[in-house]
Amino acid sequence: MKITKQEVQHVAELARLEIDEADVDKFARTLADILEHAESLSRVDTADVPSTAHAVEISNAFRQDVVAKHLENEDALGNAPESEAGSFVVPKVIE
Amino acid sequence: MKPAELCGLTMHEACDLLEKREISATELTDAVLERIQAIEPRIDAYITVTGREARRQARAADNAIRAGNAGPLAGIPVAVKDLICTKEIATTCASKMLEAFVPPYNASVMEKLNNSGAVMVGKLNMDEFAMGSSTENSGFKITRNPWDLSRIPGGSSGGSAAAVAADMCLGALGSDTGGSIRQPASHCGVVGLKPTYGRVSRYGLVAFASSLDQIGPITKDVTDAAILLSAIAGRDPRDSTSVDRPVPDYRAALSTDISNLTFGIPAEYRDAEGMDPQVSSAVEAAVRTLTDAGAKCVDISLPHTEHAVAAYYLIAPAEASSNLARYDGVKYGYRNPEAGGLKQMYNRTRSEGFGAEVKRRILLGTYALSAGYYDAYYKKASQIRTLIQRDFAAAFTRCDIILAPTAPTPAFQIGEKVDDPLQMYLSDIFTLSANLAGIPGLSVPCGFARGDLPVGLQMMGNHFAEADLLKAAYAFEQAAGINGKKPEIAEVPA
Repeated sequence: MKITKQEVQHVAELARLEIDEADVDKFARTLADILEHAESLSRVDTADVPSTAHAVEISNAFRQDVVAKHLENEDALGNAPESEAGSFVVPKVIE
Repeated sequence: MKPAELCGLTMHEACDLLEKREISATELTDAVLERIQAIEPRIDAYITVTGREARRQARAADNAIRAGNAGPLAGIPVAVKDLICTKEIATTCASKMLEAFVPPYNASVMEKLNNSGAVMVGKLNMDEFAMGSSTENSGFKITRNPWDLSRIPGGSSGGSAAAVAADMCLGALGSDTGGSIRQPASHCGVVGLKPTYGRVSRYGLVAFASSLDQIGPITKDVTDAAILLSAIAGRDPRDSTSVDRPVPDYRAALSTDISNLTFGIPAEYRDAEGMDPQVSSAVEAAVRTLTDAGAKCVDISLPHTEHAVAAYYLIAPAEASSNLARYDGVKYGYRNPEAGGLKQMYNRTRSEGFGAEVKRRILLGTYALSAGYYDAYYKKASQIRTLIQRDFAAAFTRCDIILAPTAPTPAFQIGEKVDDPLQMYLSDIFTLSANLAGIPGLSVPCGFARGDLPVGLQMMGNHFAEADLLKAAYAFEQAAGINGKKPEIAEVPA
């Protein structure tokens, strides 16, 4: 199993991470180690096995659609790096 | 009582003394805060100590005890892992990303602790976003194992386990996604319980892998684990995955009569790779102790054990890569202040805010979910997860409780595995499966390796069988008689 520098950079781009050139090799090597270990899964026959995404059986969790007390706007914005007029502020989206 | 004796109490001993008014919550809390001040420079278990608020809660507990309307944990000093949201108290996840995050609300478990009268003395160190097995991935500090300061306390709830072992709180909450309660409990010689998925509300628990995460107690003995679990368990409408089942009085279920329980010993765990022979002998001795105490033991098989690490380290990072997308510098947390446009702001914020292991798991998870790899990795791992669940379902037709080591080795040296993530991941071999299957698991001290390094015995039960697990662990604890040995905390090595 080999992961190229380009693959690391591609996945980093998808995940909105910038990886320093100096660290790319290290990530490529450790990811390859882990994925190589995961190759063992391909030996298991799972043709008729359903996937599990949730370990305990529960059905849909419904609730009444009623107004309840939630965070005040001021509290919801309290940790925002930047806010204005009751809203989150982000850098310019369209250049 | 002397301050050192006060700090050395278990929660249930302290409850009895408080109720009889032989001690006060204020003197108990003061003793614990002084102990933290004295020992913290050697252990580094805490990210935040909330002394003033703790003293206020202690005074309120004393008043409630005098008035006769105290909650079940009134005046008991506890601490929580720093990924459980605490209103108006910083909750950092040991990450630079959340260094300045102060939640505007309490997690459900914090509301429950507050309502029970507990005194919160602080927030505990951990691997960043709970990703790690040694607490070395904390963005702030490295916690030391109280039994040997050159060794790791385990992780990711390493601060919780170390603080309980060093009497820097009477009990603690951790969280367990792949062993993060049980493995540090094992390494620090304390009791740790990961409940059934859905037993405890995750509302206000900062998410790592949502289908695997559970909050649970880390305590000095099994009785305390039962008390603390009763305090935090139950359905919560704010966590739709919490399950609506009555919460038994777990303490009332404790008994030394285990003649009605059958214990299963999985063949696959015996010859697992990397097993330390002294851990094997401690676990074998524990099995003999249980047999002598009247337990029936049978051999069982969990045939897909060898695939658990691979399946887990695809599923958990995949969920993490999605959960951690929320750290984008907009709603809370760190933001790079200089970035020009939105995308640059995202990239720089996330690259500067996350540590190396968190980035590795995001990359791994993104890879496993990305076009062309989804079927081979994420989907395959989810199918293996089904097979692992079926292994347990079959095993529980033959036994009530599965016995295993908690970790293959005692605590390793600080720095020993930091450059080899795969080796670090493989040390979770015995604990990951319980999270994949959603079943409860408990680690109880069962002996020592190489002199003074604690070894934990793991017990796993069927979904919602916590009462049986606690009973079995209690019976073992009483029969083994090793409880109560405390670490001698050395001076910090130069």
